[in-house]
Formats: sequence, structure tokens, C-alpha cells
Amino acid sequence: MQTATDIIFDNWHPVCAPPSPGAGILRTRLLDVPIEVAAGPRVRRADNGEDPPVLERFGLVWTTLGRPRQDLFDVPEYREPDRRNLSAGPIGVAASAPRAIENFLDLAHFPFVHTDILGAEPHTEVKDYEVRTSDDGSEIIATGCEFFQPLAALTAAGGQKVDYIYRVPHPFCAVLYKSCFVDPSRMDVIAIFIQSMRQERIRAHLVMSMIDEVHSDTEMRRFQQMIFGQDKPILENQRPRRLPLDPRAETPIRADLSGIAYRRWLSANRVTYGVIPAQH
Amino acid sequence: MNHMSPPPPLSPVWHPIAASTDLAVRHVFHGKLLGRELAVWRADDGHVNVWDNRCLHRGVRLSIGMNDGAELKCQYHGWRYASRSAGCTYIPAHPANSPSRQVTNRVFPTIERCGLIWAALEPDQPFIGLPQADWFAAREAIVHAPAALVLNTLAAEAVPRSLAWLSPYAMRLARRAAPDETLIILAQPADGATTIIRALRAGAPADANAWLRRINRVFVTLRDQIEAASPAGEAAAEPDFTPVAAELAEPAPAATAGLTVTVARKWQVAADVFALKLKPLAGTLPAFQPGAHIDVTLPSGQVRQYSLTGGPGENEFWTIGVRRMPQSRGGSRQIAEQVREGDLLSVSAPRHNFPLRRDALRSVLIAGGIGLTPLLAMAKALRHGGHPFELHVFSRDAAHLPFADTLRGFGDNVRLHLGSDPVQTRETVAHLLGPHGFAQHVYVCGAPGLIDAVTRTADHLGWPDEAVHYEHFSNDREINASSSFTVALARSALDVEIPAGCSMLAAIRAAGVSLPSSCERGACGTCVVKVLEGVPDHQDVYLNAREKAAGRSVVTCVSRATSQRLVLDL
Repeated sequence: MQTATDIIFDNWHPVCAPPSPGAGILRTRLLDVPIEVAAGPRVRRADNGEDPPVLERFGLVWTTLGRPRQDLFDVPEYREPDRRNLSAGPIGVAASAPRAIENFLDLAHFPFVHTDILGAEPHTEVKDYEVRTSDDGSEIIATGCEFFQPLAALTAAGGQKVDYIYRVPHPFCAVLYKSCFVDPSRMDVIAIFIQSMRQERIRAHLVMSMIDEVHSDTEMRRFQQMIFGQDKPILENQRPRRLPLDPRAETPIRADLSGIAYRRWLSANRVTYGVIPAQH
Repeated sequence: MNHMSPPPPLSPVWHPIAASTDLAVRHVFHGKLLGRELAVWRADDGHVNVWDNRCLHRGVRLSIGMNDGAELKCQYHGWRYASRSAGCTYIPAHPANSPSRQVTNRVFPTIERCGLIWAALEPDQPFIGLPQADWFAAREAIVHAPAALVLNTLAAEAVPRSLAWLSPYAMRLARRAAPDETLIILAQPADGATTIIRALRAGAPADANAWLRRINRVFVTLRDQIEAASPAGEAAAEPDFTPVAAELAEPAPAATAGLTVTVARKWQVAADVFALKLKPLAGTLPAFQPGAHIDVTLPSGQVRQYSLTGGPGENEFWTIGVRRMPQSRGGSRQIAEQVREGDLLSVSAPRHNFPLRRDALRSVLIAGGIGLTPLLAMAKALRHGGHPFELHVFSRDAAHLPFADTLRGFGDNVRLHLGSDPVQTRETVAHLLGPHGFAQHVYVCGAPGLIDAVTRTADHLGWPDEAVHYEHFSNDREINASSSFTVALARSALDVEIPAGCSMLAAIRAAGVSLPSSCERGACGTCVVKVLEGVPDHQDVYLNAREKAAGRSVVTCVSRATSQRLVLDL
């Protein structure tokens, strides 16, 4: 089980979109604790009646069960006036948060899980890329990732090589930047913010910040939901459901460099929620 | 069966885990035994595989994977595992590399009897089955209760004298409601709280459907009675997990040299070529990938390399082709003249220094004579995967064309080039290669002249080095071993002096550092080591010109150093 010292309890976590006045009370769960969210937004713990701190960012309500040591990370692109900021979640998954984050960082599954959209056989090769931890150790950054994609986004015309950058600024949140087909000098941003309801039960909040003047909100949401809907059965069929941090528990390859760094980073930060810690 | 006869005991370690009919064509069945999930599947050759139900890479259940008849392909990243050995044969994210032999899934012993698939979680436990009879099986039922409770509840309904326990998980009985009918009851402990119960009777009943319905009613009544007595909340307790033997908790050991095989068949496949079918003396042959070769130790003690010609699913036997060369060092001649069917040979595990990419839009395979053998395995893998390919075979004449029968099976994918002289060969190669296009690869194996013609022509036509793959049988270059220098082994923190006349490989081994090798003539690439510092003096035919110029790796059996010191990643 989790320990009280787990940094996860001091992190901010997404719980839902801000409820509109008169929308009633949303009952959900965060890190095993039942919570209620009302307009305001206001969050109340149903177990002890306390009102934990709240903030609103990226079109979501965030709260914490502990004492946040720092502000929630930033995604500066989200504030650029010409971007379309949209949420395409939440989607419930019977999996742990770290399994979902690792899947979000993974390129090699594109041809097999997102067939003919984000990848297609036989173009399966993952070229070497760079992974580093930011100077203050607060996030993991993967750069120089590229992959051949038949239909990278709604704005993409046909198959092409697509460049990716990944950020993991929070144990249960990741942000990706990928080639933008409307403006080659900029990148589209897609983020996954995981609400861990229980260790093996999550809601994935998907947020996009795109440069696209053509497609409707519904079309853009459907595209993201289709992609995540293809990941969901994979995530629900991973065993163990919690991410094993022992390096010998599974078989990493060069293509998993970002996943390897993520597992090490979770170990180094002593995260215990949603993982199987390595035995020392 | 007579109620009074002593009951035949059943092994308590072996359990039924599926009905034969659960293994539909190209299906993967999700089984469970003693808390352990199993992926159960039948290959097209009939072999039943019972494996741990998880891909070694990221833990995705293999029961949601694809059974292509010869290999199981994981849904997540397309990793492929061979039938029988469960060795990983391909990792699509790195198409130019061969998976390590360590990537082998856990295989459980299995046997198909009485219309059921049986498995044991422990190795080397003899299977003791039911006596031979025309067993007829009822449909299984799942009961959310421990096996002992299920069996005891059923035993309470038995005609007293009819009841006989065959194992803690099996009994023979006649029910009071049908005293004339003897049943075998088998309880599969899926986990500590779930039992899968099966009934067998000797011989088909007169009205099979009526009997199946009746047994089904018996099981449904039993289940309702048991589950009503123990609420679901309690039954869903943590599984009573029986730990597996300690040796199984470790990854499967890497196959090492010293595999003994029997020559199951030897036959002539061309005027000067024999094929040998090699069968393991015990157990299963390790998985191999197209382009692999093995070392064969000959009766004289000499070691020679031969490519495996089998395709996906051909893993019960290995087939090699051996050409009897008049100028041979005696190795191939010994096989041709001395080795007979039934003889034992010592062989190595497969070595993978000529890997096949499966991400090409066009694969051109060019074979000269006996050089066909690795390309035959590649052609079979490409055909199995539905990848486009051309196989060009150069041969003196039709009589010297090896494996002609197999080649006919490839239809239009094969082009034969008989009796062409060196000039014609170069023209033909230039014509068939054409200019290089996106995701095109060429593979060549044969005499040095053919390899030279293909690599030079490809270079002229603008094919990049990484698209040109070749394998030499041998290194015909004269080795100059006159230099002397020092090798520093970075990881072992060891300096080794290499005197004139002694190879790096031999000196490194003499210093106590192990290093795999195979041909020891600079042809196969098994003993390649990374160079961290210094300038190698390349004398092999394995590395290509670009790799030699880069100087970042060295073939330790023949190459040397032009610098006084060579630092190796060993």
C-alpha cells in the first residue's frame, strides 16, 4: 500500500472540468479518498469533511490531499491566443496511472495499436532519441523522437515522418509536442493528466492545444478519443497492473529509453502509488 | 468400468486447463491454473503451447495476441514468439537487430489426452493419465469455490461404494441419481477461490445431447448450492497461490553450446549438396531467426558453420544444407561421406549475425549455389509475413541447384539464373537491383565473386550501405598476424599483450575473459567487439567498408591493431 510519505499525496491532481453553477455535485475519488466537487469550484473530502485546496488550470479542476510543495507545472503553449484548447476526457481505465503514462510516452506501439493512423506496418522502426532529466530534476524530457505516420492528425495530408518531444513534469502527467501540419514552425500539444482514483483504477483527462482552423471541436475530440480508445484495451490487459520498477521485472529495449527514465525517476522520487517498488 | 476395480491414480501436478475444442484454429485461449494465467494456443502443425500469459516486454497478456499458425505476435508492439521454444524471433522497433536469446517466455509442460489439454506448472513431473478409453467430455462449469469444497459436495451425492479418489483434484463416482453411470470428475484449481469442473464418461452416450444437458444441470445445481452457501464476497478472497519451483521463477536459461541432435534424415538436394534434418535428442530446439547459423562439431572435432533453412513454424527440426566441396578443409566432406542417419552431432545454439529486416517494402534476396541456405529461411519468413520479396538464385546448372523442390513452392517470387559467367552476372545484378528506393534492402550470400558483384553494383546504383546485407561462408584473405600490440579490456580493467602469431580472441580468452566465437576465420561476425580507443587493422570480411572506416568495432578472431593500444568494450 501507499505510504504517507509518498510525494503523490502532495501533488496536484486533476478531478474534472469546472462544474457549472447548478450542475449539482460530482462524486468521484482521488487516491482512494472519496471527494465531491461543486461549482466554484469547491472540493470536499467525503471521508473527513475537509475542503482541500483547489486550482483551475488547462480547463480542469485540480486538488491535492497533502501540502503542495510547488505550483502545478506550466504548459506555456496553452496560453497562446490562436490555439484551440480542448478537453477530450475523462476516460475511465482499469489500469494504474504509471502504466498509462508509459504508454503515452511509447512510440513503438503506433503501427500495432493505432494501425493506419499513427503508424503502419512495415514501418515499425524506432530511431534512437535523447532523454534527459531537467536540471532541477523536476521533469523528464525526450527529444529527437520521430516516427513514420500515415495519418498523424486530422490536419495531416497523407503519410509522413512526424517529430515528437515529450515532457513528464509530474509523476502522473505527460505532455507531448508533435509536428504541426498547418504551421511547420510550431508544434501541436497533447497532454494526458491522470486522476488516480485507486491504485489500479484511473480517469484519463486528455487536453489538446492545437493549431487547426478547419475541424470542429467534436471532430477533434473524436480523433483523440478514438486514439485513446485503442490504448485502453492494451492498458487493461497489462499484468501486473501496477508498474514494476525493478529493472529485471520486464524487458526494456532501446526504443523504451523514455520509459526506462520514467521508471528510474519514479524510483528516485520514491513514488509507491500505482507501482511495484523495486526491492533493494 | 467396474466400481470395484482399484482406481488408477492421477498425478496431482497435472491438471486439465482447456478442452481440445477450446483451441480453435489460430485462436489463443486464456487459461488459469493455481492463480497463474496461461496463454494456450495450437500451431498449424498441431503442437499445443502453454505459456505464461504475458509478453516479456511490457506485460501485455498474450491471450489477446495473434496466433499466425507458427508464431504468437503480441498486440502491443508486435514482438513475435516461436511455437515450441517460446523464443522471441523479432522485435519490430529494431528491425536491424536480432532479439537476445534470453528473451524466451516461460513454457509449461503440456499434453493432449481425453479431449482435454493438460498442463503442469512444475517441470519433469511424469504425466499419469486416465486409462485408454473413448472418453466423452461434458462441458466444463466454473464454480466460485475452492476445489476441495466442490469435489466434497459432489462426493456427498455419490453411491458410497462407487467413490474413489484418483488425486486430490480428481475422483471416480456414480451419482445416486444415476447409479449405473460411472463418471470421472476433474477439478481444475484456477485459483484458490475458483474451480473449473469437468466430467468424463467412457464411451459416447446413446443420446449425447440429453447427456450433456443432464450433466450441465448437475453442475449448475452444484454451483448454485455452493455459491449460495458461501457469499461471493468471501469467495473473492486472495487466490491461494501455489508458488512455482524456484528454478522456474528465473528467466529461462540461455541456450548454450553443447546441444546434441540426431541426424533424423539425410538426403541429396543437388548434385553436390546434402540436406540434413536435425532433431533434438531431448526437449525443444531453441528459437532461431531467419539468417541464423549453427556451429556443427564434426566427428573429427572440427567445427563448421551451417545456416538454418527453416521458416516460421519449422522448429521441431532444423534443416541444414551441406555442399561437398572438392577444395574443402575436410569438414563438408566428412558430413557428406561419413555422417549417417541416426548419428549424433553436437551443435551450438543459433547465432544471428545476418538478420532480416521485416520493415522493407522490397526485399531482394540473391543466392549463389549453397549460399541459398540462409536466404531460404528469409524467403520463408517473408512469405509467411506477407512481405514482398524476390529470390534470385545463381547456379552453374539445374543439376547443381540446391533445394529445387522448395524453390518451386515460391512460384513467381523465384528467378533462376543458370550458367551465367561473371560478366553476365554483374549485368544481371545491375538489372535486377535497379536504383535504390525507400525501404528497399538486398541480401546476398554465395561465393566471394557474387558478393563482390552485388555490393559494388549496389554501391554504383546508389544503394546505401545499411540497405546491403551479405554473409560470407569463409574469409579467403591471407591473415597477416605479424603485428604485436596491447589490448585494454575496459570493463574487465585488464591489459592483454597480443604477440605476433596469436589472435586477440585467443589472448583475451587466455586472460580469462569469455568471448563467443564461431567460424574463427573473420567471416561470421560472432566475435565482434566494440572499440573504444585505438585503430583496428581489419582483416575480416564481416564488417562493411563503412564500418571498417569508422573503426568502432573489430572482429577479434583475425583482425589486429595498427595502433600500439586498442581499448575494447569487454
